[in-house]
Amino acid sequence: MSLAADILGWAFILAGSFFTVVGAFGLIRMPDLYTRLHASGVLDPFGVSLILIGLMFQAGFTLVTVKLAFLVLLLLFTSPVACHALARAALHREVKPLLDDERSSSSKR
Amino acid sequence: MRHVSLIVALAAFWVLLSGVFTPFLLAAGLGSVFAVVWFADRRMKVLDVEGHPSHLSVRALTYWPWLLWEIVKSGWDVTKRILHPRLPISPCLVRVPTSQQTNVGRVIYANSITLTPGTISLELTEGEILVHALTREGAEGLATGDMDRRATAFEAAL
Repeated sequence: MSLAADILGWAFILAGSFFTVVGAFGLIRMPDLYTRLHASGVLDPFGVSLILIGLMFQAGFTLVTVKLAFLVLLLLFTSPVACHALARAALHREVKPLLDDERSSSSKR
Repeated sequence: MRHVSLIVALAAFWVLLSGVFTPFLLAAGLGSVFAVVWFADRRMKVLDVEGHPSHLSVRALTYWPWLLWEIVKSGWDVTKRILHPRLPISPCLVRVPTSQQTNVGRVIYANSITLTPGTISLELTEGEILVHALTREGAEGLATGDMDRRATAFEAAL
């Protein structure tokens, strides 16, 4: 494999790992369910897709690359549905979203 | 037409996943493809404009790259906010009007909203989507209706 593809692949893998870690970090820092969903449910598929793209560069022109491409597609089609289902279920069980005006009035600003 | 499209797609899927070209496995694949098409069409009755929207496949080549770039841009924005020491978020709920004609189009729009970091579609009703935005800027970006117009153009490829 050429050196350029190797470096590019590792760049994607490292970037994807970075976004996945940031997503986990956001899961801890965010104040309520909906904002946490923004960190985990949306940033994670983004990071995982980047890792899979990086792995495609590592695999080169093989059938493994095609399978990884199928995985990316599957992830991009299903993750928003799961995320939406979770948020909608929370809304219907009347989990109140923490909104900005309440947040600024409760804190001393 | 939809039958042919599904047969070709499933056959390509089988060959690409197996990568083995012995007569037995190819015959098994062919049998599976026809069994799945028969089942989807006659028993589940999902081989229609919603179950297999093959008419959208060409337009996807212009819509998906645009959507991917949006995901990258807003993903970077959300990342900066999470790592910012003061966590500068301003969560809010907004109702976004939808201009799509079909259910497939509405699902494409709602999923695009959710897929873009910083906005999640909470509820899909006739003519509008309830969106939870992480920041006011994200909500204002949706209110410009750019993504709505593009999703409608994507759907109109029928």
